[in-house]
Amino acid sequence: MGTNYHHETFPWKHIVGFILSLVLTFAALWIAFSSGLATKAILTGIVVLAVLQAVLQLFMFMHVTESDSGKIQTINMAYSFFIAIVVVAGSIWTMAFVL
Amino acid sequence: MKWSEFFVTGEPLIYAADVSIVLTVIGIVFILTYFKKWKWLWDEWLTTVDHKKIGVMYIISAVLMLFRGGVDALLMRAQLTAPNMKFLDSQHYNEIFTTHGTIMILFMAMPFIIGLMNIVVPLQIGARDVAYPYLNALSFWLFFVGAMLFNIAFVIGGSPDAGWTAYFPLAGNEFSPGVGNNYYAVALQISGIGTLMTGINFLVTILKMRALGMTLMRMPMFTWTILITCVLIIFAFPVLTVALALMTFDRLFDTQFFTMANGGMSMLWANLFWIWGHPEVYIVILPSFGIFSEVVSTFARKRLFGYKAMVGSIVGIAFLSFIVWVHHFFTMGAGAAVNSFFSITTMAIAIPTGVKIFNWLFTLRKGRIRFTTAMLWSLAFIPNFVIGGVTGVMLAMAAADYQYHNSYFLIAHFHYVLIAGTVFACFAGLHYWYPKMFGHMLNERLGKWTFWLFMIGFNVCFFPMYFLGLMGMTRRMYTYSAGLGWTPLNVVATIGAALMGIGFLVLCYNIYYSARYGERDMTGDPWDGRTLEWATSSPVAHYNFAVIPEVKDLDAYWEMKKSGKGFEMDEEKLKPIHMPSNSGRPFLISIAFFFAGFGLVFKWFTLAIIAAVFIILGLILRSFDDDDGYYISVDEIKRTERLTRKEA
Ligand code: HEM
Ligand SMILES: [Cu+2]
Repeated sequence: MGTNYHHETFPWKHIVGFILSLVLTFAALWIAFSSGLATKAILTGIVVLAVLQAVLQLFMFMHVTESDSGKIQTINMAYSFFIAIVVVAGSIWTMAFVL
Repeated sequence: MKWSEFFVTGEPLIYAADVSIVLTVIGIVFILTYFKKWKWLWDEWLTTVDHKKIGVMYIISAVLMLFRGGVDALLMRAQLTAPNMKFLDSQHYNEIFTTHGTIMILFMAMPFIIGLMNIVVPLQIGARDVAYPYLNALSFWLFFVGAMLFNIAFVIGGSPDAGWTAYFPLAGNEFSPGVGNNYYAVALQISGIGTLMTGINFLVTILKMRALGMTLMRMPMFTWTILITCVLIIFAFPVLTVALALMTFDRLFDTQFFTMANGGMSMLWANLFWIWGHPEVYIVILPSFGIFSEVVSTFARKRLFGYKAMVGSIVGIAFLSFIVWVHHFFTMGAGAAVNSFFSITTMAIAIPTGVKIFNWLFTLRKGRIRFTTAMLWSLAFIPNFVIGGVTGVMLAMAAADYQYHNSYFLIAHFHYVLIAGTVFACFAGLHYWYPKMFGHMLNERLGKWTFWLFMIGFNVCFFPMYFLGLMGMTRRMYTYSAGLGWTPLNVVATIGAALMGIGFLVLCYNIYYSARYGERDMTGDPWDGRTLEWATSSPVAHYNFAVIPEVKDLDAYWEMKKSGKGFEMDEEKLKPIHMPSNSGRPFLISIAFFFAGFGLVFKWFTLAIIAAVFIILGLILRSFDDDDGYYISVDEIKRTERLTRKEA
């Protein structure tokens, strides 16, 4: 750390990312509470917004494109998706008998 | 909460605990004041960011927690020795098995392992500290205050009593109205955050801070297991975090995530708990495999057999460990397809584990074996762990599990893997790396006494439990009637537990004895080791390595010793060493976490909010902190090195 960081001019990327994240979050809140859509449509809507926001944050805050260890990043993301699917789909499958 | 309920009353055992806690605190304060050690405590320990000291603090806490969990265990065994005993009532028994299980896994096994990894990993990879030393201190203190919060429950407010698994609906407000299970939710949350940060810290450390030439496939096996363990931590702990948060909401704010009514789903808790819980058991067992690998190869004086197969099997185990969790609740009612799938994945784990067992055996084959204490623990691990593993495969068969489930057969199984795996490994690692921590050895004679007492006691205690389970004795029962024929085996088990207790006392005496009379390790390499940690002095200099060694092979230090090249130090080439500064903030932030947690437990939200403000303040101060650390001058390095270098 320490020696090789330099000050950027202005963190535009972060500000834009921040504002877009806020917009997406409030949009999700609005869909859930005030849009009056059918439950299915609400669920689809907020899932889409969630995925959008995840991608946005990966690029705006998490610097996915800036690292020199591309291979590790790829493995990491692939594994994250795998675990996410296992946890969500696995839970639904396992708990289906209660539903 | 009425004030009269604040302190737990009515039990002689509790009053005795109150008295001993007060006396201990007074004693510590007195000693620190009398010997004028407060400043020393603050400067050397409370504010340290040195991975070695943090590791030592982890291990001290773990040994204390082993004592606490062990006393719980002995109380339970005492109560079960004979039928119809009146020593503990059912409520007290419930509380004790809950705190025993939780403490042993989260506040004993985890910190012991994390302590060893703190001390050893940077040394093994030739680094001067971890990637984020400040974060490391914060991790430790969060774990520590989480553990303390959990531990005061039994005198203040009442212990959790719904088992270490805290299944709903039992753990919900309806059936557990007191504050006990709030403690569970909040304390585990706080220490869990610490663990998660440790996982991130060591992942980055291992990926980014290895010495020149140490490719991934030249990493010592212990470091490999820690790398994979970090991955498990990073992916498993968030599930616990979320589950505990939902539990906290249910308990404090009457949400209905896990309730029976209003669309809640009580069994979802079990599902989430074990999505974290199964990887968790691998989080404590994989590093143990790493420790045994180091010890076995050092004391067989051979390179680890099948290094690549070992790496492959750890990765395989880690992968599989995320797709087996349902084996903890085969009896819950899921369909045949679900149970079959998880039955098969579970049995599949036996394959990479078996590979590893054979690798250790082949490493031993034709080795020149030295029977040190660390080696004895490792050798005993193999057959004992195999017993635990084979019974695990029996439990993995979903249909058969309807018989074994929640019986003493299960109790015996998981103690065989947790004790013969993790606890044996912690003891082996403690003996093996002790000189690196304190500069002296643990006494071998006493060490062997501990080994034999504990190892025999362990088998005497837990082997009969397999049969008790088959005879129908179920777990978590606080007493049983005389006609069942369980008495003889229970008496045997209690005798075994007592032997383990004595073994633990001998270990404690050993620590004291060795501190006073123990053999100093002047060489830095007392065991004729193979990996880089043995290239440092004992105890290790603050900066670990004056010059970072260059790694040319697996078993880097062994190669250096064989070729005679690599450890000479050219004093002209020394450069000032950059080190991170100490900081009191991690400690203070964690204290704020303690009060925030305490406030949540008792629903004193004002206290919780005030403490939360302090936490946030600490974070803000940190982000404006531009202390870049300091440099150790070349002169100082020379002085230190001349004192410790043998060939100088
Ligand atoms: C030191 C020797 C030990 C003894 C004598 C011992 C004994 C016991 C006993 C009697 C029970 C309760 C059985 C029941 O009523 O259901 C128990 C439960 C348990 N033990 Fe141990 N134990 C020991 C060490 C450990 C260690 C080292 C660990 C973990 C690293 C551990 C983890 C657990 C867990 C998770 C439970 C289940 C708690 C629950 O049902 O919620 N034990 N042990
Ligand atoms: Cu499991």
